Amino acid sequence: MSEQAAITAPSGTPLLTVEYLTMRFGGLVAIDNVSFQAADSQITAIIGPNGAGKTTVFNCLTGFYIPTVGRLTLHHPKGDLLLEQMEGYRIAQKAGVARTFQNIRLFRAMSVLENLIVAQHNKLMQASAFTFAGLLGLARYRTAEKDAVEIAKYWMDHVGLTDRADWNAGNLPYGDQRRLEIARAMCIDPVLLCLDEPAAGLNPRESADLNEFLLFIRDEHKIGILLIEHDMNVVMGISDHIVVLDYGRKISDGSPEAVRNDPAVIRAYLGEEEDEDLPPEVAQDLAAAREQEEGKA
Amino acid sequence: MAAERHDPAARRMDTGAMVKEAGATAIVVFALAFALVGLKTQDVPGGLAIITRFDDVFAATAIAFVGRMAIILLRVGRPRLVLATALPFAGILMFLLLSSRFLDPETGEKLARFLPFDSVVVNWVTTLIALGFAGRAALAIRHAAESLESLEEREKTMDRVGAQVQRAARYLGPALLLLAIVFPFMPIADRWLLDIGILVITYIMLGWGLNIVVGLAGLLDLGYVAFYAVGAYSYALLALYFDLGFWTCLPFAGIMAAFAGIILGFPVLRLRGDYLAIVTLGFGEMVRIILLNWYKFTKGPDGLSGIPRPTFFGLPFKRSAPEGVETFHSFFELTYSPIDRIIFLYYLILIMALATNLFTLRIRKLPISRAWEALREDEIACRSLGLNPRNTKLTAFAIGAMFAGFSGSFFATRQGFISPESFTFIESAVILSIVVLGGMGSQIGVVLAAVLLIGLPEFFRELQQYRMLAFGAAMVFIMIWRPSGLLAHREPTIRLWGRDGPAEAPK
Ligand SMILES: Nc1ncnc2c1ncn2[C@@H]1O[C@H](COP(=O)(O)OP(=O)(O)OP(=O)(O)O)[C@@H](O)[C@H]1O
Ligand SMILES: [Mg+2]
Repeated sequence: MSEQAAITAPSGTPLLTVEYLTMRFGGLVAIDNVSFQAADSQITAIIGPNGAGKTTVFNCLTGFYIPTVGRLTLHHPKGDLLLEQMEGYRIAQKAGVARTFQNIRLFRAMSVLENLIVAQHNKLMQASAFTFAGLLGLARYRTAEKDAVEIAKYWMDHVGLTDRADWNAGNLPYGDQRRLEIARAMCIDPVLLCLDEPAAGLNPRESADLNEFLLFIRDEHKIGILLIEHDMNVVMGISDHIVVLDYGRKISDGSPEAVRNDPAVIRAYLGEEEDEDLPPEVAQDLAAAREQEEGKA
Repeated sequence: MAAERHDPAARRMDTGAMVKEAGATAIVVFALAFALVGLKTQDVPGGLAIITRFDDVFAATAIAFVGRMAIILLRVGRPRLVLATALPFAGILMFLLLSSRFLDPETGEKLARFLPFDSVVVNWVTTLIALGFAGRAALAIRHAAESLESLEEREKTMDRVGAQVQRAARYLGPALLLLAIVFPFMPIADRWLLDIGILVITYIMLGWGLNIVVGLAGLLDLGYVAFYAVGAYSYALLALYFDLGFWTCLPFAGIMAAFAGIILGFPVLRLRGDYLAIVTLGFGEMVRIILLNWYKFTKGPDGLSGIPRPTFFGLPFKRSAPEGVETFHSFFELTYSPIDRIIFLYYLILIMALATNLFTLRIRKLPISRAWEALREDEIACRSLGLNPRNTKLTAFAIGAMFAGFSGSFFATRQGFISPESFTFIESAVILSIVVLGGMGSQIGVVLAAVLLIGLPEFFRELQQYRMLAFGAAMVFIMIWRPSGLLAHREPTIRLWGRDGPAEAPK
């Protein structure tokens, strides 16, 4: 197993501890001995070039893959849970780890409101006494459903979808679909929210709104957020802690300032060598553009 | 492709190419028809003889050629030509077909010789096809062709139609129900019509049951008849071995079928789509073959007979009852009439079907049904939200199967005799066709499709042999026209706003 950059403990109380996480697909090592910590009520960003293994980390955390090696400990208020030993759906149900997907996965033929209510399934299922009380139309289920609608309304208000509550999710514009997916994940009342490139495909305005929304979730709901993101404005603007992956290995881990100035990150990310591969005229343009930008700043 | 569709000029073909394409079709038809239609074995004294019907083969080839030409012409945007040919052609055929009715028989006979085929039915089919072409051409002329072409447009239009029908169903449903309730007392309701009514309602109930599995949970089940069989045999065996009545057995039959549903559900948990369909198909056959071969228990191909008829709270429908039992007619001081039993069966299945419908309408608003639909939409997202896919799927299989079990025990008590013959794959196919044709998830669609697919053929008994052909044609048509089903339309199960919310959904 290869060496990795040292773990930098985040400032807050730890919520998630990932140790020695390794995921192999046949001969391909998608994640190689990665360890890091994420704190409660903080935004921890996972960044890295395409194919670095970011989504694979999420898939291991949320039970879609069983890691080849590694321990994933969630420090849940009710006690520590080992995520790698739990069945996929239990990780959301019992451990309270919610996630969104890089390619949006909404229930497209169902309405916005229904999407948010399905997310509260387990609670409602209990209230309907596994359907029996619900079939009889007992009051207990009716109030539970009303509460679920209130929660859905709360989140729809925050992502600006209340007016379109009865639309089919598939009919929403792209940016709204992204926001709805986050709202849906929040409806399971998670302790840890994993977002896979939530700003992908958003315009700058939408992206700024998203920043605010994520900060709101962090500060008002006091949950930990794991954020995969390519957009450096988002990452540097809102994260409290950053983990950098490259080719499945962790190359840096620390506060935004520390990571920004880490030579390993600059090498991997901004890719000094890569400029050399470019045709000379493109490299010139690039250098000019950079100078101009610096001049502005 | 899309651009091409909207611009007929881009697809303009020269006459040679048209003739070539139509010719190819004609050759295929000729090759197929030559042996299948052209040669026919017939019993003659002293063995079999082959008779030839080559005139039919040539007629079919010619019609295929002309029909293909019509399709091509419609495609390249020449509907006027098609209309001008198809309409007179259909008119002449119809005149020839009906001539014996209004002309004197002799002339009629003479004229009938000009008909392309020997069989009356085939001639009518040809006429209908010609009329279809004429109608299509007329529509194309009216709509300037392009609006009919785009699948998306059509999907939207059909969805709107589905929505309108569903809205209308609020009045149409009770009206149909009222009709169904008074039907046995209408003067036209003789035994034959009542039997058809019972048959149609049985299939409506099966359709509604399967709709839970296919329409809501999106699990394509080709072996649904297995649960129908399990229900029928559960009732028959319980009644015959333990001497239990229909009402006692009914819940057991449902439970047994639900149990069979769970048994099927486990191995197919990870399968979707085609793979699931194949395994369920195999399951259906397995059940039938077990029933066929477990002779000691099920009497195999001999079937079970003497299955007790249902009673009206213990009052049998018989002319005379054994010692100590009162019959229905003597209890109510009516004169005995054999149709009483049929009417009772009719109401029995009507009530059972209604219960199925009410159950479905109710469960649609409960979390379990939303979970089924969510599972249909995206299983991975479901898991990420903490829904247990295993339990959710198994309940869908079990509840769908339960209703098949109920209707199976009704079938057994109605027939008084069951054998594995009644539970072949074709039954599953028919039930699935009802669901698919009606529109997945649409309750009223199932009713209309059942009337269409089960009721209509009963009125055209002489056309029995063409029934499967019509079925196949209908299915192909629906798959091309609208794969989600004719009247498929989904209303949200819960609304924040009324129908006119602050932002109405895009149509
Ligand atoms: N199920 C799988 N089977 C085989 N290889 C996989 C599988 N999932 C991921 N990989 C491989 O693992 C590597 C990391 O993929 P991953 O999706 O985690 O990258 P990523 O960091 O999310 O990239 P991106 O920024 O493009 O989303 C890739 O080389 C990918 O091909
Ligand atoms: Mg990814």
